[in-house]
Amino acid sequence: MTSARLPAALLGACAALLLLVAVAFAVGRFPVSAGDLASLLWARLTGAEHGLDPTIETVVMKIRGPRVAAALLIGAALAAAGAAYQNMFRNPLVSPDILGVSAGAAVGAVLGIFLSLNVIMIQSLAFAFGLAAVGLVYVTANAVRGHDPLLVLVLAGVVVGSLLGACVALMKYLADPYNQLPAITFWLLGSLASASPEDVWSTLPLMLLGLVPMWLLRWRINLLSLDDEEARALGVETGRIRLVVIAAATLMTSAAVAISGVIGWIGLVIPHFARLLVGPDFSRLLPTSILLGAGFLLGVDTLARTVARIEIPLGVLTAFVGTPLFLWQLATARRGWQ
Amino acid sequence: MVVDAADRRVEIPARVERIYAAGPPASILVFAIAPDKLIGWTSAWRAAERPFIAQRYADLPTLGRLTGRGNTANVEVVLHAKPDFIVDYGTVSPTLASLADRVQAQTGIPYVMLDGDFDRMGEAILHVGRIANEEKRAESLARYAKQKVSEIRQRVAKVPASRRPRVYYGRGPQGLNTGLAGSISAEFIEQLGAVNVAAESGKGGLVQVSIEQVLRWNPDIVVTIDPNFYALARVHPSWRELPAIKAGHFHLAPNVPFGWIDFPPSVNRLIGLRWLARILYPEAFPEDLRPIVRDFYSRCYHQTPSEAQLDQLLGPSTPPA
Repeated sequence: MTSARLPAALLGACAALLLLVAVAFAVGRFPVSAGDLASLLWARLTGAEHGLDPTIETVVMKIRGPRVAAALLIGAALAAAGAAYQNMFRNPLVSPDILGVSAGAAVGAVLGIFLSLNVIMIQSLAFAFGLAAVGLVYVTANAVRGHDPLLVLVLAGVVVGSLLGACVALMKYLADPYNQLPAITFWLLGSLASASPEDVWSTLPLMLLGLVPMWLLRWRINLLSLDDEEARALGVETGRIRLVVIAAATLMTSAAVAISGVIGWIGLVIPHFARLLVGPDFSRLLPTSILLGAGFLLGVDTLARTVARIEIPLGVLTAFVGTPLFLWQLATARRGWQ
Repeated sequence: MVVDAADRRVEIPARVERIYAAGPPASILVFAIAPDKLIGWTSAWRAAERPFIAQRYADLPTLGRLTGRGNTANVEVVLHAKPDFIVDYGTVSPTLASLADRVQAQTGIPYVMLDGDFDRMGEAILHVGRIANEEKRAESLARYAKQKVSEIRQRVAKVPASRRPRVYYGRGPQGLNTGLAGSISAEFIEQLGAVNVAAESGKGGLVQVSIEQVLRWNPDIVVTIDPNFYALARVHPSWRELPAIKAGHFHLAPNVPFGWIDFPPSVNRLIGLRWLARILYPEAFPEDLRPIVRDFYSRCYHQTPSEAQLDQLLGPSTPPA
């Protein structure tokens, strides 16, 4: 694929994503016919009366709509953060969790559930603890001099992450087994089942705040994959760019995890998919990862709410659906992805 | 309009015909009062449980659980079953109240939360009666519950402190999970004025303990709801040495169609309380349990158990009359 053909491919991918959105709106355990869906959307656009069963409007606008939007946003955010991190750490095994954001968010959310706080407080705690965990890792790593800064950063992330994991385990052990423990377990598996319109509106600005700087700095982020010395020779201040990437990725991931719970697989594997398709150039990798991440999570979440009478946790389904897809792609791809 | 246990104001529609119970305790509560208005269960029925209730009730669909974050129920499945009221029964906390608000706002279906505290069971029964428009049945059931509990309490009150047994409640397949003081799982021991040996470890929920610790506590009576533990403890080299188990003071609580002493914490615990009272204080509760169980099952589960079923329920682990 050449650079000139990329916009066309991107347009195609966007069209496919829109089609997927349409499918996601049309399917579900509550039967809504395509005709009803069309007349409902038409009525919403024109402000006319649709004369349908009000439950249909509830299902489409308040239950499916927010879920579709949240899946798109969170999938895009996790994949973008993963792509940026893999580029920056020059390591394909890195995921957005590497600096402890998910572990931090998990501690925040579990603490909120443990203290029986309301949902808004649980989400806010998750978001704040996610940011705080990465902040702690960053400050610790910065205080250590004389070693490879990336290595120190990853090491600090792993160590802080395991400490936070221990905090989660302790609170699970002490939690009330009737109400809190199942809530904690489900939270750690990730789900969009309770995504509300408010969740989407509160997350959207945070996601944009993370995505926009990444997009603006895409060329420089590309250079992060070089050695520090090489990058400096090209006039790029790696330390500062690194800080921006970490801040942006953390903001997005933390906001995503706060409303969906922990969804691990996407940030790790979707960037590989994207690299198999368009190669390692970050200016192409970023939009591809965003589209693939959004589409993948939307697809998986649609399955999660349609295949069985009860909800299937996203953390389970992403791995079950994603792994065979990825192995197949790995076996058939001709392009080197590293 | 009702004000529920979480101080939420909930409008009751004029006609409530289809009730969705958001969790297992609520299912049993609604089933006991208005079985024909219950639209489904939160989990599938096991083969051993089905014979204890009428087929048409056991055949109701499984809709999943909606309480707590990360519910298993699919909201669209619940909506498709067209409930006109959602009832939850159990612990009331700001987390659960805000989730109820969310579900109510998203679905437009009124959602009421009732306090699952054992001492407020009568209140919850009357609440469901009012919602389901089954006030007569609810009043009779509430009266029955109140009378049974106060009868037990009066008799227990006369038992001198020296005759109150020390009880260990073993949960899980290994029997090493137990409830601390104040935990809802071990509440039944305190309700009966007996001593929960684990209470000396403090207040809280469920904890994991060691066999050594249980040997040190040396309870007079061991109770469990786990058939695996019941089988294991009688052959296990350390458990077997526990004096209570050696002496046969080891009891497996019946658990069909619903557990008798622990979960889910709902009206099913009424019969378990009476069963355990007889085990702990055989002199104060000399009556045969069979008619009492028969009466409870017909009132709450709407089907009188057969003699064979009573044998199964009150099997080898209950002392004969």
